[in-house]
Amino acid sequence: MKLYDGGKIITGLVIFVGLMLSPFILGMAKPGEKPDPKTDTPEIQEMEEKDRKCVEPKEFMRTSHMVFIDSWRDQALRDGDRVYENSEGKEIDISLQNTCMKCHSNKKKFCDECHNYMAVKPYCWDCHIVPEEKEGGV
Amino acid sequence: MDRRQFLKMAGLTSLISLGGFTTVELIRPGLLDASEPPAAAPGVKRLAMVIDVSKFRSEAAYKKSIEACHKIHNVPDFRNPKDEIKWLWTEKYENTFPGTEHPFVKDSVKEKPFLLMCNHCQYPPCVRVCPTKATYKREFDGLVAMDYHRCIGCRFCMAACPYGARSFNWRDPREVLKDERLDREFPTRTKGVVEKCNFCVERLAKDLIPACVEAQEGTGAMFFGDIDDPGSEVREVLRTNYTLRRKPGLGTQPNAYYIIGGV
Repeated sequence: MKLYDGGKIITGLVIFVGLMLSPFILGMAKPGEKPDPKTDTPEIQEMEEKDRKCVEPKEFMRTSHMVFIDSWRDQALRDGDRVYENSEGKEIDISLQNTCMKCHSNKKKFCDECHNYMAVKPYCWDCHIVPEEKEGGV
Repeated sequence: MDRRQFLKMAGLTSLISLGGFTTVELIRPGLLDASEPPAAAPGVKRLAMVIDVSKFRSEAAYKKSIEACHKIHNVPDFRNPKDEIKWLWTEKYENTFPGTEHPFVKDSVKEKPFLLMCNHCQYPPCVRVCPTKATYKREFDGLVAMDYHRCIGCRFCMAACPYGARSFNWRDPREVLKDERLDREFPTRTKGVVEKCNFCVERLAKDLIPACVEAQEGTGAMFFGDIDDPGSEVREVLRTNYTLRRKPGLGTQPNAYYIIGGV
C-alpha cells in the first residue's frame, strides 16, 4: 500500500493533533490559581471573636450554601416566614442583601473568587444589589 | 355520502359541540374556570386596602404615596410611557370604573385621579395563568405575591390581569436606578421579568404598614388591614362608607376598595 502525498498528510495530522491538544498542554503549563476567598471585611473584623461565625458552620456553608440560600428563598417567599432559626437556636433575618452581604461586603473576593474558578455564573446580582466594595481588612 | 348520512353526521357533530363544556367539566372539573377558589381555612387573614379618594386634595398628595412606594421598591422611572414600570399610579374615573361612566357624571368625579395598585384579588387570574408559579396566592394573608427568580417573562399574567397592575421590564431597571435613586435594602428587578405592587410584604414582615398608607398618615385617605376580622379598621370604614371595587363583574373579588362620596 502506498500513501500518496504522505508528507503533507502526516504534517497535517501533526498540526491538527497539536491544535486539538493545545488547550490541555497550555493549561498544564499554567495551572489556574487556587481560589482563596477572603472573609476579612471590616464588618467581620469589628465583630467579637465569639460572634465571628456564619449562620451555619463554615464547612456546611462551603459545600451547601447554594442549596441553603435556595431554601431561604422558599421559606421567605412561599411560607412568608422571614426568620431562620439556625442549628444553635439563634434567630436570623432571611435576606441575601441585608444578612449575608452585610458581613460579606466583599463580593469580588468572597463570591466571585470561587465562582469564577468553577466557571459558575449565578444570576443573584442581576437583581440583588452588591454592597459597595471597600478595601479589605488585614 | 347521501343526504341521510350527511344529516346524521351534522346532527352528531352539533351534539358533541353543544356538550363540549359539559364533557370537559366531567373529565377535568374546573379546567375551564378563569380562577379557582383558594382552599378555605379558618383564622387566616385577608389583607385589604380602602382608599378615600376625596381625601386626596392635590396632585402632590398622590405623588407622596407613589414616590414613597417607588423609592423603597426600586421602581425605575424611564420617563417614557412605552417602558413604564408602575406599582402605584393614577387613572381617571372612566378607566378606573369602566362601564359606570355616562355623559353626565359629576365633573369633579370625572376629573378626579384615582389611586390604583394591584388589587390582590381573592381569585387572581394572574396566578391561574402563570406557567411557573412565579406569581402565587399567599393563603395565610391573601397577598398575591411574586417570586421573580421564577418569572420567565411570558407576560400571561399581564394579559390576564383586568386591572393593568403589572409591568414588564423591557429594559434593565439599573440603567436609571443609580446612586440616590437606588435603595440598597431592596433588590431591583432584571430585564425580562414582570413586576407589580407587593402590598409591602417586606414591611409587613417587620410589622409596618405599607409605605403608601404610611405616607398618608393623619389624612384618613388610606386604610389597610384584615378584612376578615370584623373588628378591624378597614371593616369599620367599609361599614360606615359606601365603597366601590374595580370591575366587580369579573368575579376576581379585588381587595382594594374606593370611597367616592365627597368628591
